[in-house]
Amino acid sequence: MTARMPDASTEKVIEVRDLVTHYGPRQILKGITMDVRAGEIMAIMGGSGSGKSTLLRHLMALERHTSGTIRILDRDIDSLGIKEMIELRKRIGVAFQSGALFSSMTVGENIMLPLYEHTDLDPKTCEIMVRMKLEVVNLAGFENLMPSELSGGMIKRAAMARAIVMDPKILFCDEPSAGLDPVVASSLDDLILAMRDAMGMSIVVVTHELESIFKIADRVTVLDQGEVLFIGTLAELRAHPSERIQNLLNRRAEEEVMNPDEYLDRLVGAPPTGVVTL
Amino acid sequence: MPPAKTEQSIAGSIENVGRTTVAAIEEVGNAGGMVVESFYWLFFGPRLRQPVRADAVFVQMMEIGIYAIPIVGLMAATIGVMLAIQGIFTLRLFGAESRVTIGIVLSVTREFAPLITGILVAGRSGSALAARIGTMKINQEIDALKVMGINPVRFLVVPALLATLVMVPCLTFFSDMIALFAAGLYVKADLGLSLSAYQEQVIDVLTVDHLMHGLGKSVIFAVLIAVIGVVNGASVKGGAEGVGKVTTRAVVQSISAIVVTDMVFAFVATRT
Repeated sequence: MTARMPDASTEKVIEVRDLVTHYGPRQILKGITMDVRAGEIMAIMGGSGSGKSTLLRHLMALERHTSGTIRILDRDIDSLGIKEMIELRKRIGVAFQSGALFSSMTVGENIMLPLYEHTDLDPKTCEIMVRMKLEVVNLAGFENLMPSELSGGMIKRAAMARAIVMDPKILFCDEPSAGLDPVVASSLDDLILAMRDAMGMSIVVVTHELESIFKIADRVTVLDQGEVLFIGTLAELRAHPSERIQNLLNRRAEEEVMNPDEYLDRLVGAPPTGVVTL
Repeated sequence: MPPAKTEQSIAGSIENVGRTTVAAIEEVGNAGGMVVESFYWLFFGPRLRQPVRADAVFVQMMEIGIYAIPIVGLMAATIGVMLAIQGIFTLRLFGAESRVTIGIVLSVTREFAPLITGILVAGRSGSALAARIGTMKINQEIDALKVMGINPVRFLVVPALLATLVMVPCLTFFSDMIALFAAGLYVKADLGLSLSAYQEQVIDVLTVDHLMHGLGKSVIFAVLIAVIGVVNGASVKGGAEGVGKVTTRAVVQSISAIVVTDMVFAFVATRT
């Protein structure tokens, strides 16, 4: 359980209102409304295709939405010019699922890049800051390695170090423990908690790992087919009467309803009724 | 229902033509937008505290220009000798092989040096640019740049565009010199003309106008190579296979654009 629990009166760092987005004719997000409070860890969970990654891309201002508003650190991201958007992005850190480290740069150069681009710090100071951030993520001494020389867990840690190098107010983590063994995944969860407690940042974690959610999250947003199914604390989530939420928590897949004749046809190889193309 | 199928097939074909046309127009628009955005960041980047880094341009100049010198030199020498061989063969039919220098000078400086240099840079650096940007896109590295507040056009495209704009004309001039020198060696060996006599003939024939004709083309080729590489890289879909496809596409489109532009430029420049 986390050390602090920001309540409803706490300042909101992210406010999403009636967010709707389409990919072509398909509606992906259907009126999402949610907040993230200062200093809290908000987990966004949901099954495949629920829209959680799309929501995250909108929160990171990487996609344009159809309607609705997104306010980040009290700024409506639709109304920002180039300069204001750059200033806002300096206060946001993102750790991508794949790490997204620049393969042509060393780990140290990757982490130093935002400092080099956005500050006037001299190279010596930048190097010290890089070493400090690597220390935070337990990767001290790895600054001269290339990303290809790191393990999956190390890549995620290095990506975290790059995400926090500008001391952001908000950190977005996309599937931080995906593809990692339970021990490494658990240590990454500890790292997220430690970063929040030490740096006081708000953290938005998109994940479907329940163990991780129950370990780190203060509040949870559950998405289902582009809609918010639930927003609340872990205790409220556990006690929620909705069958769909309980299915998600108990990892029960929706049962496929199939006509017995159709099933038999499939087994014996009955000819398909529609046209099948490769 | 055969008639219905035929109608469907005609409608499908027309739809495909329409889609392809729209996609092509969209791609040209993207390329134009990319050039405009590149110049925006070049001139207004410093005001936004987002300058184009000189070291990034220098790295690209090394990659696109300096490391290409051996292969460009080799190809230029080959083209020079080839032009000398063909020129002497053709003029010998009229007993005028001693006038071969004029043909070599005009062909090399106005046509072959910029063309071969453009094609080589397109194959070497245009493809590398498409592959690099395509790989960065599928690895979310472009997204990572955006969320860090680093504009990808300013960070990736402008250095490559500037480097090609500087290095392709430089390589073209280098090709001119190497091709003329190699042709001179062949002329000396075949016709017994001394190198100093050949040099005098070259200086007599060569004018700034001829050199600028080739160098002017090379500037346009440079823009085409960089923009086609970037637009193809940015349009990547899928994984590694997608990167392979856009890389091939970038090379084919660049070389085709260079050859067509060469013809149009030659037509326009010789009538003004």
